[in-house]
Amino acid sequence: MAKEKTSLATEFTKGFWKENPVLRMLLGLCPTLAVTNAAINGLSMGLAVIFTLVCSSTIISLVRNLIPREVRIPSFIIVIATFVTIVDLTLAALFPDISKALGPYVPLIVVNCIILGRQEAFASKNPVHRAIIDALGMSLGFTITLTVLGAIRELLGSGMIFSVQIMPTSFDPWMVMILPPGAFLTLGLMIGVANWINARKGKTA
Amino acid sequence: MKKSARLMIVLTVIAIISGAVLSFMNIFAEPRIQAHKQAQLERSIGIVLPGTVQYETEMIDGTTFYIGSDANGQATGVAFKAVGNGFQSKLEILVGTDLAFSQILAITFLAQAETPGLGTKIESDPTNRDDTAWFTTQFQQLTISRDISYIKNQAPTQPGEIQAITGATISSKSVVDILNQAIQANREIFLNREA
Repeated sequence: MAKEKTSLATEFTKGFWKENPVLRMLLGLCPTLAVTNAAINGLSMGLAVIFTLVCSSTIISLVRNLIPREVRIPSFIIVIATFVTIVDLTLAALFPDISKALGPYVPLIVVNCIILGRQEAFASKNPVHRAIIDALGMSLGFTITLTVLGAIRELLGSGMIFSVQIMPTSFDPWMVMILPPGAFLTLGLMIGVANWINARKGKTA
Repeated sequence: MKKSARLMIVLTVIAIISGAVLSFMNIFAEPRIQAHKQAQLERSIGIVLPGTVQYETEMIDGTTFYIGSDANGQATGVAFKAVGNGFQSKLEILVGTDLAFSQILAITFLAQAETPGLGTKIESDPTNRDDTAWFTTQFQQLTISRDISYIKNQAPTQPGEIQAITGATISSKSVVDILNQAIQANREIFLNREA
């Protein structure tokens, strides 16, 4: 019951920095690296993850006492896969352009370890309101990180952010930034900066 | 025994609910997805056969041809799909030619997922501020009395030649190869149709 003492606000904000799924826990790196060649793709992937994670956490938290321990992982995966397919079909039916841009990465949210991780670590052990807050915080942290990563790569790789020209026309785009190596370089530096900030915080505190 | 029965029941129930939800979802989504595909095809036919207001779909020897006509009922040309492998994805191109298969009127992409920033320039090149679709524009009014060829790093000098994209030679070459193959195969089918 010690867990219950954590305030809802802390539960919500931990995903932004302290337990940021990408920068601190290094989860969900496959979609992080793959889709962030432009800010809009990072943002759309984040929104899809927000929907999937919040819905899955809600359902899992509601039925957490009905699911036997032995079959919890397959149960989580079926629930997650159902919501991912709903997202995939909805995007294809209503927003065909976004669906085209994200390509195969929407179905791959099924195996995004952030989502499975939150079910196992949190939703299956907590009441539904806490599970929703946790899911919102975590997926928002994920979304912000992906959007920033996408914006940095788009800025250096195409001179634009959200398809708006930022760099002067004389700027020669660094092609490598929108290719896979650019994803690794940028993410590595972002994780490095996050660790550096935390290390400094630790010293002064 | 009792335990294993419970495991099975729980999983089965979850799977059944999931299946039911998804079937309802599909009933909602499927017609819309088909409508988007159809709308995209109609838009694309309008692009590759300029002036087309309506078209007829004709199956000849298992190949689908779209024969367009303008407001006066004059034929605007014939369009067909050319499909093949690009650098890292399947390229689906809609090609419009005149009825005699002597020149391409225009081409457009129905599907491609090439390397972002490099191969995707075959469809849209944001670094070219005058014409982001300069690569496909090159195919307009391109003669196909012989195979299309490509040249690197300089403007085309001969008829039937296009300039490849710097940094995406394989994607450019794939487009040329796919077009040559499809045009050759479909020319024979279309010109020998019973008429």
